Amino acid sequence: MNISSSRDQDNTFVVRLGGDWNIAHGLPSTEDIQKQIASTPHPERVVFDTRELGGWDSSLLTFLSKLIKFCREKSIPVSNQGLPGGLARLIDLSAAVPEKKDARKESKRPPFLSRVGEATLEAGKSAGEMVAFIGEAFLALGKLLRGKARFRRSDLFLLIQECGAQALPIVSLVSVLVGLILAFVGAVQLRLFGAQIYVADLVGIGMAREMGAMMTAIVMAGRTGAAFAAQLGTMQVNEEIDALKTLGISPMEFLVLPRLLALVLMLPLLCLYADLMGILGGGLIGVGMLNLSVAQYYHETVAALNLTQFLLGLIKAGVFGVLVALSGCLRGMQCGRSASAVGEAATSSVVTAIVSIIVSDALLTVIYDRMGV
Amino acid sequence: MENSANQTTARIEVRDLTMAYGSFVIQRDLTFTVKKGDIFIIMGGSGCGKSTLLRHLVGLKEPAKGKVFYDNVSFWDLEPAGKDAVMRRFGVLFQGGALWSSMTLAENVALPLAEYTDLNPGDIRELVSVKLALVGLAGFEEFYPSEISGGMCKRAGLARAMALDPDILFFDEPSAGLDPISARRLDELILELRDSLGTTVVVVTHELASIFAIGNNSVFLDAETRTMTAVGDPNKLLAESTDPKIRSFLTRGEQ
Repeated sequence: MNISSSRDQDNTFVVRLGGDWNIAHGLPSTEDIQKQIASTPHPERVVFDTRELGGWDSSLLTFLSKLIKFCREKSIPVSNQGLPGGLARLIDLSAAVPEKKDARKESKRPPFLSRVGEATLEAGKSAGEMVAFIGEAFLALGKLLRGKARFRRSDLFLLIQECGAQALPIVSLVSVLVGLILAFVGAVQLRLFGAQIYVADLVGIGMAREMGAMMTAIVMAGRTGAAFAAQLGTMQVNEEIDALKTLGISPMEFLVLPRLLALVLMLPLLCLYADLMGILGGGLIGVGMLNLSVAQYYHETVAALNLTQFLLGLIKAGVFGVLVALSGCLRGMQCGRSASAVGEAATSSVVTAIVSIIVSDALLTVIYDRMGV
Repeated sequence: MENSANQTTARIEVRDLTMAYGSFVIQRDLTFTVKKGDIFIIMGGSGCGKSTLLRHLVGLKEPAKGKVFYDNVSFWDLEPAGKDAVMRRFGVLFQGGALWSSMTLAENVALPLAEYTDLNPGDIRELVSVKLALVGLAGFEEFYPSEISGGMCKRAGLARAMALDPDILFFDEPSAGLDPISARRLDELILELRDSLGTTVVVVTHELASIFAIGNNSVFLDAETRTMTAVGDPNKLLAESTDPKIRSFLTRGEQ
């Protein structure tokens, strides 16, 4: 690409463009030409000479657009006549819709204090949204009890299958290993006192009261809560939730309620299953490493546990089920309208769920302790 | 037009193409040629496989049978690197714009430029502004796709498709969802790109006004017989075709 310029005697500035213009060879700078045009006295007008011009693409278009914009700012008339027809028309086309000036956004960073203030207001707002969401969910639950909630029963059964039976493999694996770890850690200590047999008590009570519910809930938060958030988030992006609303169907009843029910029903069942698998895992260590017989281990476990222990764990599991379902659905419904927002929704649903599981677990443990159970 | 001398060379050649999802055949025995500088229309009723044909042409879906040639090179017989080189010369405008939603419009258009050219960031910014101005979106550089309307997304998608001055531009339903004036401006832009840059254009559409205004070659896909029933200039098809289905399509069912 060649650029040269000259000034005629009648003070016309001629820009000569020649050669092949290809974007692969980069964009030439307009600065030299701009400097010459800006030198006083300003030329009467600017014209182009493209007799030497070969092939061209948008590199030339960009070059010319920039030059023409510069001349316009200096109020120097520019004549397009010397340009090839296609090029002149493209330049006209790009100028056809005026630039939206007020559309430009300020990228100025607000000062520290106002950022703190905004973050605080934001936190207050999001807490409010969370409370409103929980309230709406319980209103929907009330409607369900009165038999007025609208959702598809087939959706509910599908969800129950998804977060019940299909979660069995991962729950089995995790709970057997947790039982095994509990037993192993206990065995090392208890063997010092010759009290290996109490490994059965440790594993049984630990799984039934605490670990069964907690591990199942955490697995379900990662597995199902994130899936809820991603699914509802994508529905938000695709305007599917708006479509429900315009039909007068509450997304709360139609989408959130079945998910909430499915998890609240399935999490305690999965928890019970996890308890038993954990005890099995503990038994493997007891029989394999501590030379206890199967019968010994079984009888010690039965003696240590009663149904209250299981019930306490199952109550926790039910609470966790509500929390996992609500945080998944909440983040999904709050999702923005882009692909990255769906990712954020899934992430934040897992974070919210795990934090609320741990906090509520601590609270429940204290309450159980106060009640003396 | 500057490129009329080259108009005889075949840019895309489709030979005996059969498209299928699994064992479900959508269209069979498609054979047509898109010449350099053509504005080629793929038309037909809803569900006849227009968009699927486009997915075959842009290299996203492998034909069940038959071949697709670009400049006499059979695309699906190429090594992956060769395929990439061919595909880099395409610009594709998807139905909804398919902008990357986590990037601003400027970043969307800049991505192909940053990946495939050695331009510095300042030059890329200028090129991006020109491309956005061409589609009537000057000043919208810093907007995210979720902040603008569907029609604007589509135009921004076109700016991205044009970023690398592609040899072949593919459009999937370009004027659907645009107001009549924007749709017409888009048609003009398509003609202008063909005339000034010599771009070959393939358009999937059933917008009759567009078909007659810009198309100089076309293929008509029939959903019932699952094959093409006509090929040629749509204006000529309207004047000469005796096939009742094509006549009915091109006259909005009035004949």
